[in-house]
Amino acid sequence: MTAVGEHWETSLRELALRAVLAAQQDEQVQVGPFAPRPEALFVGNMLAGELSSQEHLGALIADYAGLRGIEAATVEAAGASGGAALRQALLAVGSGAVDCALVVGVEKMTDKVGAGVTAATATAADSDWEGAQGVTPTGLAALLMRRYMHENGLELKDFAGFSVNAHANARTNPNAMFQNALAPEAYARAGMVAEPVNMFDTAPDGDGAAALIVTSEPAAVRVAASATATDTLALHDRGDALAFEAARLSAERAYQRAAIGPEDVSLFELFDAFSVFAALSLEAAGFAARGQGWRLAPAEISRTGRIPISTFGGLKARGNPGGATGVYQIAEVVMQLRGAAGPNQVAGAHWGMAQCLGGAGATAVTHILERVG
Amino acid sequence: MQPNEPQLMRPAHDVGLIGYGAYVPRFRLPASEVARVWTEGTGALPIKEKAVPGLDEDVATMSVEAARNALARAAIDPTEIRAVWVGSESHPYAVKPTSTIVAEALGAVPNTQAADWQFACKAGTEAMQAAIGFVGSGMAHYALAIGMDTAQGRPGDALEYTAGAGGAAFLLGPAAEALAVFEGSYSFVTDTPDFWRRQHETYPEHGQRFTGEPAYFRHVTTAAKRLLELTNTKAADYRYVIFHQPNLKFPQRAGKLLGFTDEQIRTGLLVGVIGNTYAGSAMIGLTAVLDEAKPGDKILLVSFGSGAGSDAFALRVTDAITERQPRAPKTRDYIARRSVIDYATYARLRGKLVME
Repeated sequence: MTAVGEHWETSLRELALRAVLAAQQDEQVQVGPFAPRPEALFVGNMLAGELSSQEHLGALIADYAGLRGIEAATVEAAGASGGAALRQALLAVGSGAVDCALVVGVEKMTDKVGAGVTAATATAADSDWEGAQGVTPTGLAALLMRRYMHENGLELKDFAGFSVNAHANARTNPNAMFQNALAPEAYARAGMVAEPVNMFDTAPDGDGAAALIVTSEPAAVRVAASATATDTLALHDRGDALAFEAARLSAERAYQRAAIGPEDVSLFELFDAFSVFAALSLEAAGFAARGQGWRLAPAEISRTGRIPISTFGGLKARGNPGGATGVYQIAEVVMQLRGAAGPNQVAGAHWGMAQCLGGAGATAVTHILERVG
Repeated sequence: MQPNEPQLMRPAHDVGLIGYGAYVPRFRLPASEVARVWTEGTGALPIKEKAVPGLDEDVATMSVEAARNALARAAIDPTEIRAVWVGSESHPYAVKPTSTIVAEALGAVPNTQAADWQFACKAGTEAMQAAIGFVGSGMAHYALAIGMDTAQGRPGDALEYTAGAGGAAFLLGPAAEALAVFEGSYSFVTDTPDFWRRQHETYPEHGQRFTGEPAYFRHVTTAAKRLLELTNTKAADYRYVIFHQPNLKFPQRAGKLLGFTDEQIRTGLLVGVIGNTYAGSAMIGLTAVLDEAKPGDKILLVSFGSGAGSDAFALRVTDAITERQPRAPKTRDYIARRSVIDYATYARLRGKLVME
């Protein structure tokens, strides 16, 4: 993976290439003296058409990475694009259609700035019923957070633990966009983006690329479950806006397939694009009862807590490179399960879970990985 | 010397400033007024207030004011001036020089060069680099370099808080007559589109965060570092440093990155009380410093122009400064001469209300 940040001088294809090369050089995937040759490439990307005037990333990245000729296509599911691309690779390998597949998540956010980026990210919501009214992703998160605070009698400071934990973990992640600690007092003073979502409740957009190699060969980490579910795009079409239904369904299906429960999970890379998303995701995945997810922050979600989240900074501090985010999450879980997370290591990690969301949770992709041996 | 290596620019004959003058128009628009109208008073304010030109002021009239102050300090015959160069991004005409108006008003015509310069906020220091060459080669005895702007900010845009008006004029001549001598200069330029205004557009556009690291900081710090290396000096050798100042944060951070103290930056940091005067920004910082400088003081001046580039100059103040300082109004006299206006008056003065 590349560092997440403002890569003003690096193009989308160059970012993707750097991630592919890094994955191919991972010594644990070497076949003898060679990097494995994937037969298929699945690209997770959300906004290249809007922001870089470039679609058709499958063929582009395959060619640029020296893999001209292989099967390749883009998988798009807004913020869940990365997880959805991995799922397609797993289906391709699992079905026997190919022996080895490459997954690349890439997003180039800084080809445009300001309103252009906001308009692009708003395409993840329901364009006719939400986007057309001028609602942005942050605006939707603000509606959810306001309702969550109202139903549970909370104040803004009750969310501080999520951002403080994310920043604490990012301090030792060289790929993180913000490697600085965040004090609860600084959180309390932060300016509003869309009330009550403040500057530290929302994850920063960043450029980045990450790559995974999926193979039927034995490896140190295996994918125990992969599950996707969907919900309505528009918040107002949901019977209960505070139930992340797609997140719950995909987590339940994943637990079933892996034959484990939330109590077995060592760490959970969830989709903390906004603080309230972290709380709702913890509830949907069975780590807290409804309306109680916020109570886990900060003690229970720390690296030594009951259910560590955002162990390399999460979206909040590692940064949110759109369609690449789901691939970063998996790469981070793999490092944890290999015991290669350095100062960010969760001790004794055995089962790792990652979940990425598209829009305000209209797509949820959940993966459960297991350390082998 | 390899062709691609940075090289100190120093003319055949040493050149210095023989006169300097500032001009700031009277009106002030507090940043809180912009916030009141556009954000219901919320959000952090980048500066306290900015200078706004009157109805009958433009870059030509303001340049004449500053140049007359420079002439008064130099006490020379204006017919000896061989170049009148005005750098600005608010020239009143798209085609027709501002500089001929200024040259005529000063009495420098007809045996003179006159031209307008354009390089966003470093148009004035670009004219100064050229004037060093013009005088230092012997082609001219005196040359006038001006940086002056009535900057445009789109109503409601982040730049409207800071887009100010003002600038400075410098008369360059032989080092023997100078109040401050150039000890070397250096320019660093790349094609970096961080801020621009296209033909026929009323207001500039900018690349938001792209204007920071890859534009302002890269060019300002590189130009400054290289000039320090090329002149074999260090930050502590300078009594004063002046950077282009689009807001308060940028020059302060650039200073910190380069190892300068607040004390070295303070005297030339005017953006908080007059706004960003664009092509005049770094240059009027220099006049404020020269108003207080003592013989022997060393001064580092680093401009920045979007598009993008920086000119860096090392100056040493001479004994002549003392008698020339009081010959014209000082920069802080203009800053103290202020009438606060509200947003409605500002909208009228700046032609923000388009009635047809």
